[in-house]
Amino acid sequence: MALYSEKVMDHFRNPRNVGVLEDANGIGEVGNAKCGDIMKIYLKVVDGIIADVKFETFGCGSAIASSSMATELIKGKPLSEALTLTNQAVTEALDGLPAHKIHCSVLAEEAIKRAVLDYYKRQGIEYDKELFKDVEEGED
Amino acid sequence: MQVYLDNAATTKMSRAAIDAMLPYLEETYGNPSALHSMGQRAKEALEAARQVVARCLGAHPDEIYFTSGGSEADNQAILSAAAMGERKGKKHIVTTAFEHHAVLHTLAKLEKQGFTVTYLSVGGKGNISARQVADAITEDTCLVTTMFANNEIGSILPISEIGAVCRERKVLFHTDAVQAVGHVPVNVAEMNIDMLSLSGHKFHGPKGVGVLYARKGVALTSLIEGGAQERSRRAGTENVAGISALAAALSGATARLDENMEKVKRLRDKLICGLSSIPHSVLNGDRVSRLPGNVHFCFEGIEGESLLLLLDEYGIEASSGSACTSGSLDPSHVLLAIGHPHEIAHGSLRLTLSEYTTEEEIDYTLKAIPEVVARLRALSPIWRDKTEGKKPFLLK
Repeated sequence: MALYSEKVMDHFRNPRNVGVLEDANGIGEVGNAKCGDIMKIYLKVVDGIIADVKFETFGCGSAIASSSMATELIKGKPLSEALTLTNQAVTEALDGLPAHKIHCSVLAEEAIKRAVLDYYKRQGIEYDKELFKDVEEGED
Repeated sequence: MQVYLDNAATTKMSRAAIDAMLPYLEETYGNPSALHSMGQRAKEALEAARQVVARCLGAHPDEIYFTSGGSEADNQAILSAAAMGERKGKKHIVTTAFEHHAVLHTLAKLEKQGFTVTYLSVGGKGNISARQVADAITEDTCLVTTMFANNEIGSILPISEIGAVCRERKVLFHTDAVQAVGHVPVNVAEMNIDMLSLSGHKFHGPKGVGVLYARKGVALTSLIEGGAQERSRRAGTENVAGISALAAALSGATARLDENMEKVKRLRDKLICGLSSIPHSVLNGDRVSRLPGNVHFCFEGIEGESLLLLLDEYGIEASSGSACTSGSLDPSHVLLAIGHPHEIAHGSLRLTLSEYTTEEEIDYTLKAIPEVVARLRALSPIWRDKTEGKKPFLLK
Protein backbone atom coordinates (compact mmCIF):
# COMPACT_ATOMS: atom_id res chain seq x y z
CA MET A 1 0.00 0.00 0.00
CA ALA A 2 1.23 3.47 -0.82
CA LEU A 3 2.10 5.82 2.02
CA TYR A 4 -0.47 8.38 0.88
CA SER A 5 -3.96 8.23 -0.62
CA GLU A 6 -4.53 9.37 -4.21
CA LYS A 7 -6.27 12.49 -2.82
CA VAL A 8 -3.19 13.43 -0.79
CA MET A 9 -0.94 12.89 -3.79
CA ASP A 10 -3.25 14.93 -6.01
CA HIS A 11 -3.22 17.90 -3.60
CA PHE A 12 0.53 17.50 -3.14
CA ARG A 13 1.25 17.40 -6.89
CA ASN A 14 -1.20 20.15 -7.79
CA PRO A 15 -1.73 22.19 -4.67
CA ARG A 16 -4.73 24.56 -4.82
CA ASN A 17 -4.55 28.20 -3.71
CA VAL A 18 -0.76 28.44 -3.47
CA GLY A 19 0.86 31.80 -2.96
CA VAL A 20 0.50 35.12 -1.18
CA LEU A 21 -2.54 37.42 -0.98
CA GLU A 22 -1.17 40.94 -1.23
CA ASP A 23 -4.42 42.40 0.15
CA ALA A 24 -4.91 39.80 2.89
CA ASN A 25 -6.62 41.10 6.02
CA GLY A 26 -5.90 38.03 8.15
CA ILE A 27 -2.66 36.03 8.21
CA GLY A 28 -1.85 32.98 10.33
CA GLU A 29 1.45 31.13 10.59
CA VAL A 30 2.08 27.97 12.63
CA GLY A 31 4.85 25.43 13.08
CA ASN A 32 8.58 26.00 13.03
CA ALA A 33 11.53 25.11 10.89
CA LYS A 34 13.01 23.00 13.66
CA CYS A 35 10.17 20.50 13.40
CA GLY A 36 10.24 20.67 9.64
CA ASP A 37 6.75 22.17 9.11
CA ILE A 38 5.66 25.78 8.64
CA MET A 39 2.23 26.70 7.32
CA LYS A 40 1.10 30.21 6.46
CA ILE A 41 -2.51 31.05 5.55
CA TYR A 42 -3.61 34.35 3.99
CA LEU A 43 -7.30 35.35 4.18
CA LYS A 44 -9.21 38.06 2.35
CA VAL A 45 -12.41 38.50 4.33
CA VAL A 46 -15.27 40.53 2.85
CA ASP A 47 -18.52 40.95 4.80
CA GLY A 48 -17.71 38.03 7.06
CA ILE A 49 -17.08 35.71 4.09
CA ILE A 50 -13.70 34.27 3.07
CA ALA A 51 -13.60 35.84 -0.38
CA ASP A 52 -10.11 34.49 -1.10
CA VAL A 53 -7.50 32.33 0.59
CA LYS A 54 -3.91 31.38 -0.22
CA PHE A 55 -1.23 29.38 1.52
CA GLU A 56 2.50 28.73 1.67
CA THR A 57 3.96 25.61 3.27
CA PHE A 58 7.43 24.36 4.12
CA GLY A 59 7.06 20.71 4.95
CA CYS A 60 6.42 17.16 3.89
CA GLY A 61 3.93 15.92 1.32
CA SER A 62 1.07 15.61 3.79
CA ALA A 63 1.70 19.12 5.16
CA ILE A 64 1.40 20.57 1.65
CA ALA A 65 -1.69 18.46 0.87
CA SER A 66 -3.34 19.33 4.21
CA SER A 67 -2.92 23.06 3.64
CA SER A 68 -4.18 22.79 0.09
CA MET A 69 -7.27 20.82 1.16
CA ALA A 70 -7.95 23.13 4.12
CA THR A 71 -7.98 26.21 1.88
CA GLU A 72 -10.41 24.47 -0.48
CA LEU A 73 -12.71 23.63 2.44
CA ILE A 74 -12.97 27.23 3.68
CA LYS A 75 -12.93 29.21 0.45
CA GLY A 76 -16.17 31.19 0.02
CA LYS A 77 -17.42 30.14 3.46
CA PRO A 78 -18.42 32.45 6.34
CA LEU A 79 -15.77 32.91 9.03
CA SER A 80 -18.00 31.16 11.56
CA GLU A 81 -17.93 28.05 9.40
CA ALA A 82 -14.14 28.21 8.86
CA LEU A 83 -13.72 28.26 12.61
CA THR A 84 -15.51 24.95 12.93
CA LEU A 85 -13.13 23.23 10.53
CA THR A 86 -11.41 20.41 12.41
CA ASN A 87 -8.28 18.49 11.59
CA GLN A 88 -10.46 15.37 11.34
CA ALA A 89 -12.46 17.05 8.56
CA VAL A 90 -9.23 17.84 6.68
CA THR A 91 -7.96 14.28 7.17
CA GLU A 92 -11.27 12.78 6.00
CA ALA A 93 -11.39 15.02 2.95
CA LEU A 94 -7.94 13.69 2.05
CA ASP A 95 -9.16 10.07 2.41
CA GLY A 96 -6.98 9.68 5.50
CA LEU A 97 -3.38 10.32 6.54
CA PRO A 98 -0.84 7.93 8.07
CA ALA A 99 -0.93 8.06 11.89
CA HIS A 100 2.40 9.89 12.22
CA LYS A 101 1.19 12.56 9.76
CA ILE A 102 -2.02 13.53 11.56
CA HIS A 103 -0.16 16.51 13.08
CA CYS A 104 -0.05 18.03 9.56
CA SER A 105 -3.85 18.30 9.52
CA VAL A 106 -3.72 19.80 13.04
CA LEU A 107 -1.34 22.46 11.73
CA ALA A 108 -3.81 23.31 8.95
CA GLU A 109 -6.66 23.73 11.45
CA GLU A 110 -4.48 25.90 13.67
CA ALA A 111 -3.16 28.05 10.82
CA ILE A 112 -6.72 28.89 9.80
CA LYS A 113 -7.74 29.68 13.39
CA ARG A 114 -4.73 31.92 13.76
CA ALA A 115 -5.50 33.76 10.50
CA VAL A 116 -9.09 34.36 11.64
CA LEU A 117 -7.85 35.59 15.02
CA ASP A 118 -5.47 37.96 13.22
CA TYR A 119 -8.43 39.28 11.19
CA TYR A 120 -10.52 39.85 14.34
CA LYS A 121 -7.66 41.68 16.04
CA ARG A 122 -6.95 43.90 13.03
CA GLN A 123 -10.65 44.81 12.75
CA GLY A 124 -11.06 45.28 16.50
CA ILE A 125 -13.83 42.69 16.47
CA GLU A 126 -14.79 41.12 19.81
CA TYR A 127 -14.19 37.36 19.86
CA ASP A 128 -14.71 34.41 22.14
CA LYS A 129 -11.26 33.83 23.72
CA GLU A 130 -12.21 30.23 24.54
CA LEU A 131 -12.41 29.48 20.82
CA PHE A 132 -8.79 30.52 20.24
CA LYS A 133 -7.12 29.33 23.43
CA ASP A 134 -5.09 26.65 21.61
CA VAL A 135 -3.63 28.95 19.01
CA GLU A 136 -3.15 32.03 21.20
CA GLU A 137 -1.04 30.18 23.75
CA GLY A 138 1.30 29.06 21.03
CA GLU A 139 1.79 32.53 19.61
CA ASP A 140 5.34 33.87 19.43
CA MET B 1 12.78 7.40 -17.31
CA GLN B 2 13.33 5.27 -14.21
CA VAL B 3 16.50 6.15 -12.28
CA TYR B 4 17.50 4.17 -9.20
CA LEU B 5 19.76 6.28 -6.98
CA ASP B 6 19.23 4.58 -3.63
CA ASN B 7 22.07 2.07 -3.77
CA ALA B 8 23.22 2.80 -0.22
CA ALA B 9 19.83 1.49 0.93
CA THR B 10 20.04 -1.63 -1.20
CA THR B 11 21.22 -2.73 -4.61
CA LYS B 12 19.94 -4.75 -7.51
CA MET B 13 21.31 -8.31 -7.42
CA SER B 14 23.96 -9.09 -10.02
CA ARG B 15 23.28 -11.83 -12.56
CA ALA B 16 26.23 -13.77 -11.13
CA ALA B 17 24.73 -13.59 -7.64
CA ILE B 18 21.33 -14.84 -8.82
CA ASP B 19 22.94 -17.66 -10.80
CA ALA B 20 25.01 -18.64 -7.76
CA MET B 21 21.88 -18.83 -5.65
CA LEU B 22 19.54 -20.91 -7.79
CA PRO B 23 21.25 -24.35 -7.57
CA TYR B 24 20.88 -24.27 -3.77
CA LEU B 25 17.17 -23.53 -4.02
CA GLU B 26 16.33 -25.97 -6.79
CA GLU B 27 18.71 -28.94 -6.68
CA THR B 28 21.17 -28.91 -3.81
CA TYR B 29 18.76 -27.86 -1.10
CA GLY B 30 20.14 -30.23 1.55
CA ASN B 31 20.98 -29.12 5.05
CA PRO B 32 24.75 -28.58 5.33
CA SER B 33 24.70 -30.36 8.69
CA ALA B 34 23.26 -33.54 7.10
CA LEU B 35 25.38 -36.60 6.46
CA HIS B 36 23.89 -37.54 3.08
CA SER B 37 25.55 -36.50 -0.15
CA MET B 38 23.21 -33.63 -0.93
CA GLY B 39 23.80 -32.15 2.51
CA GLN B 40 27.54 -32.58 2.06
CA ARG B 41 27.40 -30.83 -1.33
CA ALA B 42 25.62 -27.93 0.37
CA LYS B 43 28.34 -27.95 3.04
CA GLU B 44 30.99 -27.78 0.31
CA ALA B 45 29.22 -24.76 -1.20
CA LEU B 46 29.12 -23.10 2.19
CA GLU B 47 32.84 -23.62 2.77
CA ALA B 48 33.69 -22.54 -0.78
CA ALA B 49 31.78 -19.30 -0.15
CA ARG B 50 33.65 -18.82 3.12
CA GLN B 51 36.95 -19.12 1.27
CA VAL B 52 35.89 -16.58 -1.35
CA VAL B 53 34.81 -14.07 1.29
CA ALA B 54 38.02 -14.61 3.27
CA ARG B 55 40.13 -14.07 0.16
CA CYS B 56 38.27 -10.85 -0.74
CA LEU B 57 38.81 -9.44 2.75
CA GLY B 58 42.39 -10.62 3.33
CA ALA B 59 41.23 -12.96 6.11
CA HIS B 60 41.45 -16.67 6.92
CA PRO B 61 38.31 -18.76 6.24
CA ASP B 62 38.12 -19.68 9.93
CA GLU B 63 37.63 -16.01 10.71
CA ILE B 64 34.45 -15.66 8.62
CA TYR B 65 31.04 -16.08 10.31
CA PHE B 66 27.87 -15.83 8.24
CA THR B 67 25.03 -13.87 9.83
CA SER B 68 21.61 -12.56 8.85
CA GLY B 69 23.12 -9.22 7.84
CA GLY B 70 25.13 -6.20 8.87
CA SER B 71 23.01 -5.32 11.90
CA GLU B 72 23.41 -8.76 13.46
CA ALA B 73 27.16 -8.68 12.78
CA ASP B 74 27.43 -5.24 14.44
CA ASN B 75 25.47 -6.42 17.48
CA GLN B 76 27.53 -9.57 17.85
CA ALA B 77 30.89 -7.82 17.41
CA ILE B 78 30.15 -5.15 19.99
CA LEU B 79 28.53 -7.44 22.54
CA SER B 80 31.43 -9.92 22.19
CA ALA B 81 34.06 -7.23 22.75
CA ALA B 82 32.09 -5.90 25.72
CA ALA B 83 31.91 -9.38 27.27
CA MET B 84 35.66 -9.82 26.78
CA GLY B 85 36.28 -6.38 28.28
CA GLU B 86 34.02 -7.00 31.23
CA ARG B 87 35.97 -10.14 32.16
CA LYS B 88 39.08 -7.93 32.43
CA GLY B 89 37.22 -5.14 34.21
CA LYS B 90 37.44 -2.87 31.16
CA LYS B 91 34.16 -1.13 30.46
CA HIS B 92 34.95 1.81 28.16
CA ILE B 93 34.17 1.94 24.43
CA VAL B 94 35.19 4.53 21.83
CA THR B 95 32.95 5.22 18.82
CA THR B 96 31.80 8.14 16.65
CA ALA B 97 28.72 10.34 16.79
CA PHE B 98 27.51 9.28 13.34
CA GLU B 99 27.43 5.48 13.52
CA HIS B 100 24.57 3.38 12.18
CA HIS B 101 21.82 2.69 14.72
CA ALA B 102 22.81 -1.00 14.79
CA VAL B 103 25.95 0.23 16.57
CA LEU B 104 24.46 3.18 18.50
CA HIS B 105 21.54 1.21 19.93
CA THR B 106 23.78 -1.70 20.95
CA LEU B 107 26.09 0.77 22.72
CA ALA B 108 23.11 2.43 24.41
CA LYS B 109 22.14 -0.99 25.77
CA LEU B 110 25.68 -1.44 27.15
CA GLU B 111 25.61 2.02 28.74
CA LYS B 112 22.57 0.87 30.72
CA GLN B 113 24.69 -2.07 31.89
CA GLY B 114 27.40 0.21 33.26
CA PHE B 115 29.67 0.71 30.25
CA THR B 116 30.86 4.22 29.37
CA VAL B 117 31.01 5.25 25.72
CA THR B 118 32.98 8.11 24.16
CA TYR B 119 31.29 9.47 21.01
CA LEU B 120 33.96 11.18 18.91
CA SER B 121 32.85 14.40 17.29
CA VAL B 122 32.87 14.26 13.48
CA GLY B 123 33.07 18.03 12.88
CA GLY B 124 31.59 19.95 9.97
CA LYS B 125 33.49 17.86 7.44
CA GLY B 126 31.97 14.64 8.78
CA ASN B 127 35.08 12.68 9.58
CA ILE B 128 37.40 11.78 12.45
CA SER B 129 41.17 11.46 12.79
CA ALA B 130 43.17 8.57 14.22
CA ARG B 131 44.54 11.13 16.68
CA GLN B 132 41.04 11.61 18.15
CA VAL B 133 40.84 7.85 18.65
CA ALA B 134 44.28 7.73 20.27
CA ASP B 135 43.35 10.56 22.64
CA ALA B 136 40.09 8.88 23.64
CA ILE B 137 41.57 5.47 24.50
CA THR B 138 42.08 4.93 28.23
CA GLU B 139 43.30 2.05 30.41
CA ASP B 140 39.68 0.90 30.61
CA THR B 141 38.98 0.85 26.87
CA CYS B 142 37.94 -2.59 25.62
CA LEU B 143 36.77 -1.63 22.12
CA VAL B 144 37.02 0.98 19.41
CA THR B 145 34.14 0.71 16.93
CA THR B 146 33.97 3.11 14.01
CA MET B 147 32.24 2.73 10.70
CA PHE B 148 34.43 2.31 7.61
CA ALA B 149 32.31 4.76 5.64
CA ASN B 150 29.22 6.71 6.60
CA ASN B 151 25.93 5.49 5.15
CA GLU B 152 24.36 8.92 4.80
CA ILE B 153 27.07 11.41 3.85
CA GLY B 154 29.62 8.98 2.41
CA SER B 155 32.75 10.00 4.35
CA ILE B 156 35.43 7.29 4.41
CA LEU B 157 37.17 7.15 7.77
CA PRO B 158 40.98 6.72 8.12
CA ILE B 159 40.61 3.01 8.96
CA SER B 160 44.27 1.97 8.47
CA GLU B 161 45.43 4.71 10.83
CA ILE B 162 42.76 3.91 13.41
CA GLY B 163 43.66 0.21 13.11
CA ALA B 164 47.33 1.02 13.73
CA VAL B 165 46.48 3.07 16.83
CA CYS B 166 44.29 0.30 18.25
CA ARG B 167 46.90 -2.38 17.59
CA GLU B 168 49.59 -0.30 19.27
CA ARG B 169 47.38 0.35 22.29
CA LYS B 170 46.19 -3.29 22.34
CA VAL B 171 42.52 -2.38 22.07
CA LEU B 172 40.09 -4.39 19.91
CA PHE B 173 39.01 -2.60 16.74
CA HIS B 174 35.66 -3.28 15.06
CA THR B 175 34.50 -1.55 11.91
CA ASP B 176 31.00 -1.50 10.43
CA ALA B 177 32.07 -1.76 6.79
CA VAL B 178 28.58 -2.28 5.36
CA GLN B 179 28.90 0.69 2.99
CA ALA B 180 32.54 0.09 2.11
CA VAL B 181 33.00 -3.58 1.22
CA GLY B 182 32.74 -4.09 -2.52
CA HIS B 183 33.08 -0.35 -3.15
CA VAL B 184 36.55 0.59 -1.85
CA PRO B 185 39.62 -1.54 -1.03
CA VAL B 186 39.24 -3.36 2.29
CA ASN B 187 41.90 -5.64 3.75
CA VAL B 188 41.53 -6.68 7.37
CA ALA B 189 45.15 -7.85 7.76
CA GLU B 190 46.76 -4.74 6.26
CA MET B 191 44.36 -2.41 8.07
CA ASN B 192 44.70 -4.09 11.50
CA ILE B 193 40.98 -4.72 11.75
CA ASP B 194 39.98 -7.21 14.47
CA MET B 195 36.29 -7.40 13.61
CA LEU B 196 34.34 -6.26 10.56
CA SER B 197 30.66 -6.33 9.61
CA LEU B 198 29.34 -6.47 6.07
CA SER B 199 26.01 -6.98 4.35
CA GLY B 200 25.39 -8.82 1.08
CA HIS B 201 22.72 -6.59 -0.41
CA LYS B 202 24.91 -3.48 -0.46
CA PHE B 203 27.11 -4.86 -3.26
CA HIS B 204 24.57 -6.58 -5.53
CA GLY B 205 24.13 -9.66 -3.36
CA PRO B 206 20.92 -10.78 -1.62
CA LYS B 207 19.23 -9.30 1.45
CA GLY B 208 19.17 -11.24 4.72
CA VAL B 209 22.77 -12.40 4.66
CA GLY B 210 25.89 -10.79 6.04
CA VAL B 211 29.27 -11.56 7.50
CA LEU B 212 31.07 -10.98 10.72
CA TYR B 213 34.83 -11.26 10.35
CA ALA B 214 36.50 -11.89 13.71
CA ARG B 215 40.26 -12.28 13.92
CA LYS B 216 41.54 -15.48 15.56
CA GLY B 217 41.72 -14.92 19.29
CA VAL B 218 38.55 -12.83 19.47
CA ALA B 219 36.09 -14.75 21.62
CA LEU B 220 32.69 -14.34 20.01
CA THR B 221 29.59 -14.39 22.18
CA SER B 222 26.72 -16.25 20.56
CA LEU B 223 23.55 -14.16 20.13
CA ILE B 224 21.48 -17.05 18.81
CA GLU B 225 21.58 -20.39 20.59
CA GLY B 226 20.43 -23.75 19.33
CA GLY B 227 23.03 -25.41 17.18
CA ALA B 228 26.69 -25.89 16.34
CA GLN B 229 26.60 -23.98 13.07
CA GLU B 230 29.33 -21.39 12.36
CA ARG B 231 31.65 -23.12 14.84
CA SER B 232 28.97 -22.75 17.55
CA ARG B 233 29.01 -18.97 17.32
CA ARG B 234 25.79 -18.57 15.35
CA ALA B 235 23.09 -21.22 15.56
CA GLY B 236 20.57 -21.80 12.80
CA THR B 237 20.62 -23.68 9.50
CA GLU B 238 22.88 -21.76 7.15
CA ASN B 239 21.33 -19.75 4.34
CA VAL B 240 23.35 -21.65 1.74
CA ALA B 241 21.74 -20.02 -1.31
CA GLY B 242 22.12 -16.53 0.13
CA ILE B 243 25.67 -17.17 1.29
CA SER B 244 26.69 -18.53 -2.13
CA ALA B 245 25.16 -15.48 -3.77
CA LEU B 246 26.89 -13.11 -1.34
CA ALA B 247 30.23 -14.73 -2.17
CA ALA B 248 29.59 -14.47 -5.91
CA ALA B 249 28.57 -10.82 -5.61
CA LEU B 250 31.60 -9.97 -3.50
CA SER B 251 33.93 -11.82 -5.82
CA GLY B 252 32.54 -9.85 -8.77
CA ALA B 253 32.69 -6.52 -6.98
CA THR B 254 36.27 -7.20 -5.88
CA ALA B 255 37.37 -8.20 -9.38
CA ARG B 256 35.87 -5.04 -10.89
CA LEU B 257 36.74 -2.75 -7.98
CA ASP B 258 39.22 -0.40 -9.70
CA GLU B 259 37.18 -0.16 -12.87
CA ASN B 260 33.91 0.48 -10.98
CA MET B 261 35.45 3.01 -8.62
CA GLU B 262 36.70 5.06 -11.54
CA LYS B 263 33.43 4.83 -13.47
CA VAL B 264 31.14 5.57 -10.52
CA LYS B 265 33.34 8.39 -9.18
CA ARG B 266 33.22 10.17 -12.53
CA LEU B 267 29.40 10.12 -12.54
CA ARG B 268 29.33 11.10 -8.84
CA ASP B 269 31.53 14.11 -9.51
CA LYS B 270 29.39 15.16 -12.46
CA LEU B 271 26.32 15.00 -10.23
CA ILE B 272 28.02 16.94 -7.41
CA CYS B 273 29.30 19.57 -9.82
CA GLY B 274 25.85 20.06 -11.39
CA LEU B 275 23.95 20.21 -8.10
CA SER B 276 26.45 22.65 -6.60
CA SER B 277 25.10 25.29 -8.98
CA ILE B 278 21.76 25.28 -7.11
CA PRO B 279 21.97 28.37 -4.89
CA HIS B 280 21.79 27.99 -1.10
CA SER B 281 22.76 24.33 -1.06
CA VAL B 282 25.62 22.39 0.45
CA LEU B 283 27.38 19.09 -0.24
CA ASN B 284 27.62 17.14 3.01
CA GLY B 285 30.43 14.80 4.00
CA ASP B 286 34.11 14.59 3.24
CA ARG B 287 34.80 15.93 -0.24
CA VAL B 288 38.02 14.00 -0.76
CA SER B 289 37.74 10.85 1.33
CA ARG B 290 34.33 9.92 0.00
CA LEU B 291 32.53 6.78 -1.18
CA PRO B 292 32.62 6.59 -4.99
CA GLY B 293 28.83 6.40 -5.23
CA ASN B 294 27.68 8.92 -2.59
CA VAL B 295 26.16 12.34 -3.24
CA HIS B 296 24.48 14.08 -0.32
CA PHE B 297 23.11 17.62 -0.35
CA CYS B 298 21.03 19.92 1.80
CA PHE B 299 18.85 22.50 0.05
CA GLU B 300 17.76 25.49 2.07
CA GLY B 301 14.05 26.37 2.39
CA ILE B 302 12.57 22.97 1.53
CA GLU B 303 11.82 19.71 3.27
CA GLY B 304 13.26 16.34 2.26
CA GLU B 305 10.15 14.20 2.06
CA SER B 306 8.36 16.45 -0.40
CA LEU B 307 11.57 16.53 -2.43
CA LEU B 308 11.61 12.71 -2.57
CA LEU B 309 7.92 12.50 -3.50
CA LEU B 310 8.34 14.92 -6.38
CA LEU B 311 11.49 13.17 -7.59
CA ASP B 312 9.55 9.91 -7.53
CA GLU B 313 7.08 11.55 -9.92
CA TYR B 314 10.04 12.03 -12.28
CA GLY B 315 10.92 8.34 -11.84
CA ILE B 316 13.94 9.12 -9.66
CA GLU B 317 14.27 6.90 -6.60
CA ALA B 318 16.35 8.60 -3.93
CA SER B 319 16.42 8.93 -0.18
CA SER B 320 16.79 11.50 2.55
CA GLY B 321 17.83 11.70 6.16
CA SER B 322 14.62 13.62 6.61
CA ALA B 323 12.53 13.20 9.72
CA CYS B 324 9.27 12.74 7.88
CA THR B 325 10.46 9.64 6.04
CA SER B 326 11.30 7.88 9.28
CA GLY B 327 8.15 8.89 11.12
CA SER B 328 9.93 10.86 13.83
CA LEU B 329 10.17 14.62 14.09
CA ASP B 330 13.92 14.59 14.61
CA PRO B 331 16.12 14.95 11.58
CA SER B 332 19.07 12.64 10.93
CA HIS B 333 21.56 12.32 13.79
CA VAL B 334 24.31 12.32 11.16
CA LEU B 335 23.36 15.77 9.85
CA LEU B 336 23.02 17.14 13.38
CA ALA B 337 26.44 15.62 14.19
CA ILE B 338 28.08 17.60 11.37
CA GLY B 339 26.59 20.74 12.87
CA HIS B 340 23.59 21.50 10.69
CA PRO B 341 20.66 23.25 12.41
CA HIS B 342 17.38 21.30 12.24
CA GLU B 343 16.02 23.58 9.53
CA ILE B 344 18.86 22.68 7.14
CA ALA B 345 18.97 19.03 8.15
CA HIS B 346 15.30 18.69 7.13
CA GLY B 347 16.12 19.59 3.52
CA SER B 348 18.44 16.71 2.76
CA LEU B 349 18.78 14.48 -0.28
CA ARG B 350 20.94 11.38 -0.68
CA LEU B 351 21.68 10.05 -4.16
CA THR B 352 23.72 6.85 -4.25
CA LEU B 353 25.04 5.39 -7.48
CA SER B 354 26.15 1.91 -8.50
CA GLU B 355 28.05 0.34 -11.36
CA TYR B 356 24.73 0.09 -13.20
CA THR B 357 24.12 3.86 -13.12
CA THR B 358 24.42 5.44 -16.57
CA GLU B 359 25.51 8.85 -17.81
CA GLU B 360 22.07 9.35 -19.35
CA GLU B 361 20.47 8.80 -15.93
CA ILE B 362 22.76 11.36 -14.31
CA ASP B 363 21.98 13.92 -17.04
CA TYR B 364 18.25 13.35 -16.53
CA THR B 365 18.63 13.70 -12.74
CA LEU B 366 20.60 16.91 -13.15
CA LYS B 367 17.74 18.34 -15.17
CA ALA B 368 15.04 17.20 -12.72
CA ILE B 369 16.45 18.22 -9.34
CA PRO B 370 16.77 21.98 -9.94
CA GLU B 371 13.17 21.98 -11.24
CA VAL B 372 11.88 20.14 -8.18
CA VAL B 373 13.83 22.33 -5.76
CA ALA B 374 12.52 25.48 -7.45
CA ARG B 375 8.94 24.15 -7.38
CA LEU B 376 9.08 23.49 -3.63
CA ARG B 377 10.84 26.75 -2.84
CA ALA B 378 8.06 28.59 -4.68
CA LEU B 379 5.57 27.43 -2.06
CA SER B 380 7.80 27.71 1.00
CA PRO B 381 7.14 30.59 3.41
CA ILE B 382 10.68 30.30 4.83
CA TRP B 383 12.13 30.67 1.36
CA ARG B 384 10.01 33.81 0.79
CA ASP B 385 11.17 35.33 4.09
CA LYS B 386 14.77 34.67 3.13
CA THR B 387 14.51 36.05 -0.39
CA GLU B 388 12.73 39.15 0.95
CA GLY B 389 15.52 39.65 3.48
CA LYS B 390 13.30 39.05 6.53
CA LYS B 391 15.37 36.03 7.58
CA PRO B 392 19.03 35.30 6.85
CA PHE B 393 20.17 32.58 4.48
CA LEU B 394 22.06 29.86 6.33
CA LEU B 395 23.72 28.34 3.25
CA LYS B 396 25.65 30.19 0.55
